[in-house]
Amino acid sequence: MATKDIYYIPEGSKWPIFGSFALFSLFIGGALLLNGSANANTVLYIGIALVAYMFVGWFNEVIGESRSGKYNQQVDVSFRMGMGWFIFSEVMFFAAFFGALYYARMFSIPWLGGLGSGTATHEFLWSTFEATWPLSVTPDPTNFDQPKDVIPAFGVPAINTLILLTSGVTVTIAHWALKANKRATLILWLAATVILGFVFVFFQAEEYAHAYSDLNLKLSSGIYGSTFYMLTGFHGFHVTMGAVMLLVILLRSFKGHFSKKDHFAFEAVAWYWHFVDVVWLGLFIFVYWV
Amino acid sequence: MSTVAHEHDHHHAPSGLKRWIFSTNHKDIGTLYLIFSLMMFFIGGAMAMIIRAELFQPGLQFVDPQFYNSMVTVHALIMIFGAVMPAGVGLANWMIPLMIGAPDMALPRMNNMSFWILPFGFALLISTLFMNGGGPAGGWTMYPPLVLQLGDAFPFLIFTVHILGVSSIMGAINIIATVFNMRAPGMTLMKMPLFVWTWVITAFLLIASLPVFAGAVTMLLTDKYFGTSFFSAAGGGDPVLFQHIFWFFGHPEVYILALPAFGIISTIIPTFSRKPLFGYASMVYATASIAILSFFVWAHHMFTVGMPIKGELFFMYATMLISVPTGVKVFNWIATMWKGAMTFETPMLFSIAFVILFTIGGFSGLMLGITPVDFQYHDTYFVVAHFHYVLLTGAIFALMAAVYYWLPKWTGYMYDEKLGKIHFWLSTIAANVLFFPQHFLGLAGMPRRIPDYNIQFADFNMISSIGGFAYGLSQLLFVYIVIKCALGGKKAKSQAWEGAKGLEWTVPSPAPFHTFETPPKLTKAMLEH
Repeated sequence: MATKDIYYIPEGSKWPIFGSFALFSLFIGGALLLNGSANANTVLYIGIALVAYMFVGWFNEVIGESRSGKYNQQVDVSFRMGMGWFIFSEVMFFAAFFGALYYARMFSIPWLGGLGSGTATHEFLWSTFEATWPLSVTPDPTNFDQPKDVIPAFGVPAINTLILLTSGVTVTIAHWALKANKRATLILWLAATVILGFVFVFFQAEEYAHAYSDLNLKLSSGIYGSTFYMLTGFHGFHVTMGAVMLLVILLRSFKGHFSKKDHFAFEAVAWYWHFVDVVWLGLFIFVYWV
Repeated sequence: MSTVAHEHDHHHAPSGLKRWIFSTNHKDIGTLYLIFSLMMFFIGGAMAMIIRAELFQPGLQFVDPQFYNSMVTVHALIMIFGAVMPAGVGLANWMIPLMIGAPDMALPRMNNMSFWILPFGFALLISTLFMNGGGPAGGWTMYPPLVLQLGDAFPFLIFTVHILGVSSIMGAINIIATVFNMRAPGMTLMKMPLFVWTWVITAFLLIASLPVFAGAVTMLLTDKYFGTSFFSAAGGGDPVLFQHIFWFFGHPEVYILALPAFGIISTIIPTFSRKPLFGYASMVYATASIAILSFFVWAHHMFTVGMPIKGELFFMYATMLISVPTGVKVFNWIATMWKGAMTFETPMLFSIAFVILFTIGGFSGLMLGITPVDFQYHDTYFVVAHFHYVLLTGAIFALMAAVYYWLPKWTGYMYDEKLGKIHFWLSTIAANVLFFPQHFLGLAGMPRRIPDYNIQFADFNMISSIGGFAYGLSQLLFVYIVIKCALGGKKAKSQAWEGAKGLEWTVPSPAPFHTFETPPKLTKAMLEH
């Protein structure tokens, strides 16, 4: 029925209100946990389960409707815009943390070290503090875990850069294969992308373990540890989500869900994957390297 | 037009509770938004009444200072995120598809979720008032280190921001997709009604600024619970960093509240002046300029925090610059009225009051934007007077105007014009009695967010409180007028207002459950504005 002249309006659905409630339980669980309340875990786990169920159920419904040919060109464009602007909002989320990193390096640390208008602050608060980056000794050295060292850029992070960049290439090759109707090639390269994604996450986890136990570099290591873990942590979380999304797309490729012309879900995930890739380049340069 | 029998037959209005909780209909969701925001307006308003009761006389009368500060904080959060923003989104939901000839919003299920997150979000927020350690009391701006002293309410406050952010971002994405993908053939961008333009620009502001806010409050959360030191100088961070990130969101947020109001005024003034809007294109460009500039002025909220002088100067001049496109708008509204065959129905009265009173708020904003004088005004009642002029007699007056203007389209009946005018005059007089004296209080040095004050401020505070109670009571009349109109009255024509232009007036009043199920054929007359 999906002719160009007729608009498609989806029928009412239980998923939005279900999802709202799921988010509500998730956040209540999280807040109770942070407050140290009894039974917080139960609420949190229920919340997580509901959110997961919402994603599975809602996407299933949409995939079913899409497969039955209900959607038209216009719905496709709306989905594309939705995904595009969602990714933009994610970029702005990371911008907040990059902004914090920039501010710490350009302003707060130099000022604490006595630069410009920070002279008095330096003199009266922590006169022995030296402005350095990476910040190895915090202004107040007593209440923070002083790191012995930081993760050098040209070790695991450089390898991880190569892994992510390669995965960007493999997902593109998979896309070409999809457009050429070569399903076996598509599956092969998509599987390679998924594997590269999880390998990246594995290396990142290893790096965290090393930093925490060997280098004493922690979230509580002052502003360096804060920006390092929050930026790489949120990125790692996004890579994990991206890899799960790729996995779903891989399973759908096995089922033969995508055709040469009609494969928006694939493209959306590929966009997302490129987005985490680009964020990583920012991280590699500004967190690890310079 | 296709002759294929389309699938809309089963799309008759569903009934009962399901109609509302599973809705994918932009009109129903718009109605939900508007009713919700009205409820929040009264909850937030009740808090304002507590504030004004406490300030009626010097000394501590009714509430303890901690609770007073909670009221100030939660009043702001509820009014901004619960009343003004959802009302704007409700209007966008109702009117944008009607104005651009679309059958519905582009992503109707996501639309439903954007709405239904709100009641849950505000349940989180309001529940904090009953927790150990009380509700959030450090101001809606949540500055550390003060906000980190909050008790059990703290994580609930942070997650409220997150969950409302999710709602608003989804709503914004939906509006962008609707405007760029669902316009009827012939409805080119520069033919769109200005309300649509202002909303799509607002949507961009939302998408670009809310995630930054989410990031900022996430940093607060990790600072409190996970040992990070973003806002702790002892660890190399800076509490001022929060203010920068917050206001990078916060200033665009001001325009998120104001731009849809500009769109409403730009719709109503031409209707009752029976003249096309003066300078349509310049209005579009002015709106876009305001939006872009709003990302470069944030630090004028923090002139006294100890920034380098170059920063102060930059943000002062950038702020001054915003008055140029805003001035363009004000002059265009006046020029639209010039030599028009004007009539003064309630929406027009509210719109004219908007132009005058918003401009007063704009001027006091200009004063606050001058760095050296801001050192005197900062954190005084002058600031309170300023932002209530732009938000109450600005944004909320525009929303009231919009409700009166489109009520006939929504309900099919004309509202009671006489009562509407009474509501207008009561509101306008009360709002000025309420907020004008606060300018003087601020200039004389009365600080914000304090439940007690020096005896010298007593008279003006009493006058202000009387205005406050009068304003609060007058809004009950508004509810009565709306309910009365929903239940019956004089039948509204499709074209409820003689001078109204736009597609929404080509569909019957009340607008049927589904409109424009096939793309409408637009004539030249329909595209006039």
